[in-house]
Amino acid sequence: MKAFLMYPDRDFYLGQDLPLNEADLTSDLELGVLLRAMADGDKFLADVARLGLHSGLTSPEEIAYRQHVLADCIAQPSVVRDLYGVAIEALTAEKKILGWLFRDSPETIVHRTRQLMQMYVDVLRRLRGFADTHTASFRSEGFTRFFAMLSKELGDEYLAEMEAHIDELAFRRGTLISARLGKGSKGAGYLVRRQPEQSWRDRIPGMNRNRSGYSFYIAERDETGMRTLSDLTSRGLNGTANALAQSTDHIRAFFGMLRAELGFYLGCLNLRDRLTAKGQPVCFPEPIGPPPTDAGHARLSARGLYDASLALTLGDATAVGNDVEADGKQLIMITGANQGGKSTFLRSVGLAYLMMQCGMFVAAESFAASVSTGIFTHFKREEDATMEKGKLDEELDRMSVIAGRIRAGCLLLCNESFASTNEREGSEIARQVIRALTEAGIRIIVVTHLYDLAGRCYAARDPAALFLRAERQPDGRRTFRVPPGEPLPTSYGEDLYRQVFGTADTAGVT
Amino acid sequence: MDPAAPFGSILSDRPADRGERDDPSMFGDLNLDQVFAAMAAGRDEYDLMPFFGAPLRDVRAVEYRHQVQRDLEDEAVSGAVAEFAERMGEMRRHLAQARKLRNRYQKEHWLLDAAGIYSRALVALAGALDAAELGSPGLAAFRQYLAEYTGSPAFTGLIADIARVTGLLDEVRYCVNIKGNRVRVTRYEGEADYSAEVEQTFAKFAENAVKDYRIGFRSWPEMNHVEERILDLVARLFPEVFQALDEFCARHDRYLDEKIRVFDREIQFYAAYQDFIAPMKAAGLEFCYPAISAGSKQIDVKGSFDLALAAKLMPRAAAIVRNDFHLTGPERIIVVTGPNHGGKTTFARMFGQLHYLASLGYPIPAREAGLFLPDRVFTHFEREEDLATLRGKFEDELVRIRAVLEQATGDSVLVMNESFASTTLRDAASVGERVLDRMTAQGLLGVYVTFVDELASRNEACVSMVATVMPDNPAERTYQVHRKPADGLAYAAAIAGKYGLTYRQLKERLAS
Repeated sequence: MKAFLMYPDRDFYLGQDLPLNEADLTSDLELGVLLRAMADGDKFLADVARLGLHSGLTSPEEIAYRQHVLADCIAQPSVVRDLYGVAIEALTAEKKILGWLFRDSPETIVHRTRQLMQMYVDVLRRLRGFADTHTASFRSEGFTRFFAMLSKELGDEYLAEMEAHIDELAFRRGTLISARLGKGSKGAGYLVRRQPEQSWRDRIPGMNRNRSGYSFYIAERDETGMRTLSDLTSRGLNGTANALAQSTDHIRAFFGMLRAELGFYLGCLNLRDRLTAKGQPVCFPEPIGPPPTDAGHARLSARGLYDASLALTLGDATAVGNDVEADGKQLIMITGANQGGKSTFLRSVGLAYLMMQCGMFVAAESFAASVSTGIFTHFKREEDATMEKGKLDEELDRMSVIAGRIRAGCLLLCNESFASTNEREGSEIARQVIRALTEAGIRIIVVTHLYDLAGRCYAARDPAALFLRAERQPDGRRTFRVPPGEPLPTSYGEDLYRQVFGTADTAGVT
Repeated sequence: MDPAAPFGSILSDRPADRGERDDPSMFGDLNLDQVFAAMAAGRDEYDLMPFFGAPLRDVRAVEYRHQVQRDLEDEAVSGAVAEFAERMGEMRRHLAQARKLRNRYQKEHWLLDAAGIYSRALVALAGALDAAELGSPGLAAFRQYLAEYTGSPAFTGLIADIARVTGLLDEVRYCVNIKGNRVRVTRYEGEADYSAEVEQTFAKFAENAVKDYRIGFRSWPEMNHVEERILDLVARLFPEVFQALDEFCARHDRYLDEKIRVFDREIQFYAAYQDFIAPMKAAGLEFCYPAISAGSKQIDVKGSFDLALAAKLMPRAAAIVRNDFHLTGPERIIVVTGPNHGGKTTFARMFGQLHYLASLGYPIPAREAGLFLPDRVFTHFEREEDLATLRGKFEDELVRIRAVLEQATGDSVLVMNESFASTTLRDAASVGERVLDRMTAQGLLGVYVTFVDELASRNEACVSMVATVMPDNPAERTYQVHRKPADGLAYAAAIAGKYGLTYRQLKERLAS
């Protein structure tokens, strides 16, 4: 039995690894803000949201599968939240059985799992009831399949069979154990057998059709002997107790899986509630496959694309949206004013990719892009916590790690890379890196102050390169928009200086 | 060797070839003690150390071992040998257990299993060797011996008896019915497995990975009185089975062949080395069979490295720097100078290791090599002596070098590492000159690691080689030693190149 609400054909495995660069993505794209909105204070939802966000789906069909399930959730949020509650209830059933020990003997395992199993039967029966009631009002393939599966697998007959086992497992008629000769003729392969059905004749003394055999009795005071018998019984019951305990584990795992998969969608609902409450638009994006390995197949276009994390932190203000037309562009280079929205734009693209490729809506009015096989970030770091290396060493080291992992079809977001050395050297290193990576089929979006780099790239007139420039009004005000524009030799650090210090002549203030 | 000659030993076709155990401090100085300890680890029962201490003095004996090892490079052959060793070990453990047990049926059953393991091991080995193309006289002779032995009536009879009696025992199935203190033993008559029924009902929830709730039962081969009682009743339910077991043991209690037993130990001399270097080879390090000469001291080695260091660097051993060196004409002694941590000691160890490993008949850590077969390898390394005064240490070093020079013959190799570093430059130079002159007079091959640059050009037997530090990261132990006059250092590395981020490096990295 599988929930299959996250993938059409497999589980959403909570133990799966996050991308190796998850920490970089989290800090560079400010994922913490987004994830907190999804979790809404629930630690479990936070974990599920993080794992879900990094799904990195590359198949448009798999993405659509989740988009449709999410659309159902958006249409019927209360049913989804109730279903989530049933899963939680099943998962807490165990705590009602007292005295659960870490390491139990096969007999105690059998005894306790019988009680637990009885509780599970009750919850499963209620789950089936959910399917009976709501199946007509859900449209997605995921939910339709899920409800149909519940009706089919949890029929009355099956629930009765479960209850029959719960009764039989009391072993009221003693223990029959089969064995073979193991190593050195010691008994081995002890296995509890179902007692043969008794006929009326078996119960009359003297009429016993019992097959040939030999009996003996253990003396009353022979403790070693009695221990041996109990050990033998334990060995015989070992497999049955295991099967039973594993079955309860499996049922628990089913509910755990259901909770996790629903939890992801719950997180999406939470995030959507926050954004729409601020009047910021969200839309289901159009993922385009396959991952592009050359400029000719690289698609990216958006309207009103904004940084969701920024929007969540802005209070009453709303985040500015950008329009982008970058179909057929392998390299996007963004230059222009400080604090002009370059980094924000870069983050909004990275976030949109992550959100799209986990099946979520994106923070835009519309968004269509080629899926990527991996998202990498190389952002300028303010400080090196370890202090072991120089800044340039630290940057190069990180880029080298990326180079070891990145492959064709991936997306690399660079924010002021190689700015920690002089412009000529930094530009030269960057040029070689960019050239090698784009030739290898990697899409790169670069924010840079290095005019030596940007100016020369622009001069090359590569049709697969797009140049954007953070906008600045003639009066020096910034619009936080990043329209197409050629690189200019100076950035506007002076503006920023004036803004921070008021006028150019107040430098003496301490 | 005459192909028809009877099989003797897989280590040598002439027992007299085996030499004497060498100076144990040499093992320590060259880190060969680590190498041999690692090779012998897990192989205690074979007692390999005596083999490691017995270098060969005969070029043909070295060749005999090379040929055996070339055959063992065929994975089918080495795999078969490893499997054989595994089974023989298992057999020995069975026999030891059989000796310890007291219950008759138990003893007999363990002996039966031991014989079964032995016979299957031999059949498998014979089959694998038959299918292999063997180029070595050693393994070919062994194969011949094995074919005759496994074809003998005694052996085929053994196999038939094992199969029959084992089959009978395996088929025994019984039930124990426990009710209070009453135990009833019966034949098993097809009662259903209850755990399977439970599993089946709950199968629809099944996942792959689950916790195993089965209890681990302590298990030991012995039985207590209740178990013996049950076994006794089982024997009464199946009398013909246990009678067959009795008869088997009466007939086959001495089945183990002496030559097989010796082969099982000796082949481990090769297997231990092969297993030791296999991961390094997989990591890209090269080994070769050196061309060995007993007459010429012209040496030419390419792509060589320190075996002990490589083992320590695993699994990153491919990064280790390989060194080339050669001695031609009158050249006999490589004088190594250069900065600290530049790889001088490593180079010296490597030189000694190569010669010693070659004299054991092993392939050596190098891409290709022509070597002289020395009678002994001597070392003279700086010793840590906390309590000794400066003068005491220098004196001790002089005493040791004198002993070495007295024992060494013209066929010996001498590796000197930072000798006389504890004295003044002037003393070190003058003593060094005299030692080098004596080494030259004796015709010794060797390495002389020193901080005294002048010694590098002492005489025409001396060749100067210089160690260099990796400019970026001296801590990285990637040692390179070049043949050039003793002088300063040379650093060069582009910063991006250090991180593999130049255009060309990236193209290469992303292409893979």
